[in-house]
Amino acid sequence: MAFLIRQTLIYAIPLMIVALAGIFSERSGTVNLALEGIMIFGAFSGVVFVRIMQGAGWFAAAKADDNWMKLQGYLMLAMLVAAALGSIFSLLLAFAAINLKADQTIGGTALNMLAPALVLFLVRLMSKQNTLLLLSGDSASWFLIKKSMLGFGKNQDIGMLGEAFLNKVYLTTYVCIIIFVILSVLMYRTRFGLRLRACGENPQAAASLGINVIKMRYAGVLISGALAGMGGFVFAVTTANCSANGDVAGFGFLALAVMIFGNWKPLNVAGGALLFGLFKCIAAAYSTLDINGDGIYTLANIGISSNVYRLLPYLITLLVLMFTSKKSRAPKAEGIPYDKGMR
Amino acid sequence: MEKGRLTQRDGFKTLVASLISIVIGLLAGAVVILIVGLINPSISLAGAIEGIKIVLFGVFSTGRNASGALSFGFNPVNMGNLFFRATPLILTGLSVAIANKTGLFNIGAPGQYLAGTCASLFLALSIPSSKMAPGLIWLIALLGGMIAGALWGSIPGMLKALLNMNEVIACIMTNWIAANLVTWIFDMSDLKNTAEGTKTGYIYKTSYNGVQTPKFGLDKIFRGSQINGGIIVAAILCVVMYIVIEKTTFGYELKACGANRHAAKYAGIHDKRDIILSMAIAGAMAGAAGSLYYLSGNTEFFWSTYQSLPSEGFTGIAVALLAVNNPVGTIFAGMFMSMLNISGMQLTYLTAYNEYITDVIIAVIVYLSAFSLIIRMLISGRKKIERSKVTGEPIVPAAAAAAPAPTADAAPAAQPAAGSPAKDKED
Repeated sequence: MAFLIRQTLIYAIPLMIVALAGIFSERSGTVNLALEGIMIFGAFSGVVFVRIMQGAGWFAAAKADDNWMKLQGYLMLAMLVAAALGSIFSLLLAFAAINLKADQTIGGTALNMLAPALVLFLVRLMSKQNTLLLLSGDSASWFLIKKSMLGFGKNQDIGMLGEAFLNKVYLTTYVCIIIFVILSVLMYRTRFGLRLRACGENPQAAASLGINVIKMRYAGVLISGALAGMGGFVFAVTTANCSANGDVAGFGFLALAVMIFGNWKPLNVAGGALLFGLFKCIAAAYSTLDINGDGIYTLANIGISSNVYRLLPYLITLLVLMFTSKKSRAPKAEGIPYDKGMR
Repeated sequence: MEKGRLTQRDGFKTLVASLISIVIGLLAGAVVILIVGLINPSISLAGAIEGIKIVLFGVFSTGRNASGALSFGFNPVNMGNLFFRATPLILTGLSVAIANKTGLFNIGAPGQYLAGTCASLFLALSIPSSKMAPGLIWLIALLGGMIAGALWGSIPGMLKALLNMNEVIACIMTNWIAANLVTWIFDMSDLKNTAEGTKTGYIYKTSYNGVQTPKFGLDKIFRGSQINGGIIVAAILCVVMYIVIEKTTFGYELKACGANRHAAKYAGIHDKRDIILSMAIAGAMAGAAGSLYYLSGNTEFFWSTYQSLPSEGFTGIAVALLAVNNPVGTIFAGMFMSMLNISGMQLTYLTAYNEYITDVIIAVIVYLSAFSLIIRMLISGRKKIERSKVTGEPIVPAAAAAAPAPTADAAPAAQPAAGSPAKDKED
């Protein structure tokens, strides 16, 4: 069970944070189909930064001092870099969508094509193969937090929940949850959030009250880019062994599904991310066959193919859309370029 | 259309806009190559310039001569492969273009491509060629692939027409459902290549069953290449679609739906039926793309495709944008994309760079297409352009992601119906 919770969280966290990225962009009025592309770019930037730090000998030094806190600090630094570069990458979308009033679907698609191409081009130049690995060690050896680090004994029983949340976990999970909460509050309980949402509902009315729509929409897309870039790096660290290969296995699109499933609301999105993360986890647990899996085997015995679990999130989203399209809370002005003269 | 000076005609301007997109795309690629060459100590400036040369003229590359310099000339293998690889790109481009004519953004081409591939491979490999003529099996497989693609494409079409769901989101979901479904189907099938031990990740080539696209002697002209008759089928489909869209009442109805669904309905056009049919035809074309690529007999399908979608589908978007949704134009746009593909491979063989730079170029072209209107405005030297013209663009569906796109509110009422004089009078 502890294994199941832990694995589910590993899949759910990137989904959750990237879906929040989608919310920020769409509620400010810009459709962001480029989540996948930004994730790919963010993952690449983060991994490159980690490699740079490794090359400078920081990691080895921290490991020699047995200072795991320092390593976690480096991880946070890499997350920041991934967020910054994701933000910069999303500027391309913001510029096309907001300044040039371009078609946002095509713009997003272009970024989705650009990111893997650019990343693979650079990865191949850097490593002569299609995957950029860490210079030394793997993701778990550097970043995984074990209960022994937190002062528990190696064999001490810390209960099921303790095992799930304190042993063999990544700090990124908790950082993402905190960021998710803070940004959700920002969106619903602050003036900035209200203004942002207003720009996605009725930008002309917002403008008439003195809100700078262009600025707010830029803020929405840039926050979105930062979150998606960070989510991409978190995905790389927790599931792809901190490597970059121009691919995040469709998580960007799955996050889009989560966002729609959650009706553009943070709390629902968190629930949707957990549900879809669970499906992902069950689908993956077949192939990994971890010994720790009590509960997993019973699922395997039911005999449903792992393909079903992989397929379900998309199917559910489609069904939800079919039945709730009347009640959908999609931002009213999303996808429509802001035009001052249009009332 | 008014016959003004050549430079004032709409067609001319769109052509120039496309060419400008291509030039800027290639320039961007060249700049990236140059920057990487300057930063990377293992690549000299001469190496970077060689890279740029290959990107531009890769099709004509014949390797390196005795002194180590790049040599250029007619290369039958490259030329033949250009046609071979253009086949699926032309057809996915055609697919996206047809949907765009009806105001739908068919980002579902990858899924329809997979559906077509899956059906074709099943038919081509499981009908025993001892009982039926291979030519007939080939035809059945192609038609089966097209039907599968059409069915898959009609799902988002139906959701759009009947429930007013945004087709972009519906297409994205059906794409990934297709990717997982195809993996599942092939996982259960016995078509996995177990004859060659290392290739169980792939499905048998259709030539295992003696089924392959006839070559019509093309392989005699382009010796050593993979060319086959598929390119001819693709070209015929493009011309047929051009006639259907531009010269028939049905095509006119489709375009009318694209320009303004509500006006079309008011004029007595079955808008729902036409939207579904448009997506079905688009799906059939994308299905044919997958069919023809894998029925060639020399390509193997990697069946565990659940983690990624076939890039041909997304390149189809680039092809359609570059061809400005003209069905015949997709032939040339598809060949251009295919040429970039070949150049990319030459780049990997001959220089320190790799083929992905050509994908960067394609992405830049798509990015520019997103605001092709601005480029067209710059050409005609016009500062302002009427709102109606802006939203009347066929490539620009009101792309409110997901759910009940409030079409009536989103699309300004001033949209001219397709074919109405409003657009042509512009100049």
